[in-house]
Amino acid sequence: MHPALQGLLTIAIGVSGCVGYFYLSNQFLDKVLFPARGPNAGRNINRANVIRPWLFLFPALLALGLYLAYPVVETLRLSLTDRIPGGGYEWVGLENYRQMAAEPKFWEAMRNNMLWLIVVPAMSTAFGLLVAQLTDRIRWGNVAKALIFMPMAISFVGASVIWKLVYDTRPAEQDQIGILNALYIFFGGTEPQTWLTIPFWNSFFLMIVLVWIQTGFAMVILSAALRGIPEETIEAAILDGANPFQIFFKIKVPQIKTTILVVWTTITITVLKVFDIVFAMTNGQWETQVLANYMYDKLFRANDWGVGSASAMVIMLLVTPILIWNVRNARQEMK
Amino acid sequence: MNDIAGTRPALRWVVHGSVVLLVVLWVFPTLGLLISSFRTADQIATSGWWRSLFPSEQNLTLRSAAPETQVLENGLYVIEGNLFDAGVTAKISQWGVSSRAIDAFKPGETAELRKGGTITVDVDGNYRMENTEEFSGSRGSRVFVTAELPPEFTLDNYHKVLLAEDSTDSMGKAFFNTLTVTIPATIIPILVAAFAAYALAWMDFPGRALLIAAVVGLLVVPLQLALIPLLKFHLHIGIPKGYLGVWLAHTGFGMPLAIYLLRNYMAGLPRDLIENARVDGATEFQIFTKLILPLSFPALASFAIFQFLWTWNDLLVAKVFLIDATGQTTVMTNRIVELLGTRGGNWEILATAAFVSIAVPLAVFFAMQKYLVRGLLAGSVK
Repeated sequence: MHPALQGLLTIAIGVSGCVGYFYLSNQFLDKVLFPARGPNAGRNINRANVIRPWLFLFPALLALGLYLAYPVVETLRLSLTDRIPGGGYEWVGLENYRQMAAEPKFWEAMRNNMLWLIVVPAMSTAFGLLVAQLTDRIRWGNVAKALIFMPMAISFVGASVIWKLVYDTRPAEQDQIGILNALYIFFGGTEPQTWLTIPFWNSFFLMIVLVWIQTGFAMVILSAALRGIPEETIEAAILDGANPFQIFFKIKVPQIKTTILVVWTTITITVLKVFDIVFAMTNGQWETQVLANYMYDKLFRANDWGVGSASAMVIMLLVTPILIWNVRNARQEMK
Repeated sequence: MNDIAGTRPALRWVVHGSVVLLVVLWVFPTLGLLISSFRTADQIATSGWWRSLFPSEQNLTLRSAAPETQVLENGLYVIEGNLFDAGVTAKISQWGVSSRAIDAFKPGETAELRKGGTITVDVDGNYRMENTEEFSGSRGSRVFVTAELPPEFTLDNYHKVLLAEDSTDSMGKAFFNTLTVTIPATIIPILVAAFAAYALAWMDFPGRALLIAAVVGLLVVPLQLALIPLLKFHLHIGIPKGYLGVWLAHTGFGMPLAIYLLRNYMAGLPRDLIENARVDGATEFQIFTKLILPLSFPALASFAIFQFLWTWNDLLVAKVFLIDATGQTTVMTNRIVELLGTRGGNWEILATAAFVSIAVPLAVFFAMQKYLVRGLLAGSVK
């Protein structure tokens, strides 16, 4: 069957299946199981209302459990086992973790990931805050914001191509077609650089791509937060003779502190999952490896599920503090 | 009340200037790729894209017409014509007839040809070759010119990338595959999540707070963890690599954000509305379909955009759950990565392919930016 047709059919089956499930299960509950008539009408209505939320929740819970919760447990199990050639698994305890810790590539990925975790959220949030503040009161601010927000819509792969052109290198005697090298030569550089192969610094050239994408996100959230600051606090500061920088750093930033933290953690999570950029631009060569790409290498190139799962658990472990913090915040907010 | 901008003119210029600089920084990379996709391979390889917007000085090797076009005029054999293709208006500053001295002559001057005869080249590329004997050979003489050419763009790359028959360059198929992945993977989670979100927002049952907390927690679980367990699970229940698998995976991975966004929005709807409907005897199912669903349109739109952008731009899930060894079901992001590997130097193909894949999300972005912003504001855990 043609895939497009299959797609349309899936939409039809999926949508009608969902609607049908919800409608019919409700009908069944109200008409057959606990009909709201007869001697037990009152009790039946109550019983139906106890069960109904679970009817509404069931498909979503199934998807959540099967596609997100179960894999966490299963990955943990896989990380503690090894596949036996020919089928089956054997329990190896922490052997996979030990093996991983002995690999220099893993520590390279860890080191790079830590750099990413510091640089990307910090730069994205800082740029986002800067743009949000600067565009706040200028007339074409919305146009500027839309343009800086735009990379959000571009795929990591597309962004990788865009930036590969920026970093492109031609032999010294030719015209440079990458804008970075062209500027480098223009400002007195002698030899064109192959930016993505300079160890240590090349990671920063990859990080720039993610900063470029995430700044728009930070800007949108922080811009809304800045607008939410009560005018009186700023007016009072101006009357007291505060200069613009004092107003920004001493009045505005403290009031949006929690929002800044939210932006920071959200970007942190994106950073931990970053895979496409490294995969497309360097594939972890020249010491640019990161955890997510290391894991992909192990799982699908080396076919080593044990170590692959162990590295996935490391990512999970790094996410956990944020997970707990988020859950705690959400619970506080609901009270 | 003006604070930073507005009170001091000097500072205001600094603000405007900085914003211009930032916008330029953010737009230039994309612009470079867009412009490159309209240039020929030669143009991209020989000069930076930023030069293509202005007339540029280039060294070209051109050829006069072949000797068979010569005519006899007053005892002289003459070949006349223009060095450039029809429609090109260029300005020659220097020219030569030998590759070792390409700047030997000024426009209007006359040069001796190595094989006999003379040639005169004008500033606009018109030339006249004269010889007392007949010109021989099958090809015309080479002329080396330094000329200023106007900006030139072409749609050939798009034609090649979208419509080429040979599958190596074609993005057409990958485009439709991506679309096939994206649309069901966007629509189905919305419906499933909307019902759950309603239950979590407006129904009372034990364990509700716990479930909401669980959803918030699952929001940040990296999907990397799910790859192998789900691949195993899919194979176990008989779903091979293919569209069904990728639709299911996207549905599962999109679920926490969908539930979270929709629940937050629905919980904000006025309580009176729902209680009045309940008093009037509407069933929960009716309240949901007739009242909540239409009122939640902005939140539904927000999530739809997120899920669309995410599934369209995704590489990892497609690689793991969709693309099999035959490569028939490849998506655009994967094609581009392959092109980066095999044709790292062919910028005209790469730039065009990337832009074909970027164009759709960009269009969605600019058309529905309002909903995207709203969704972001509601979706970030506060």
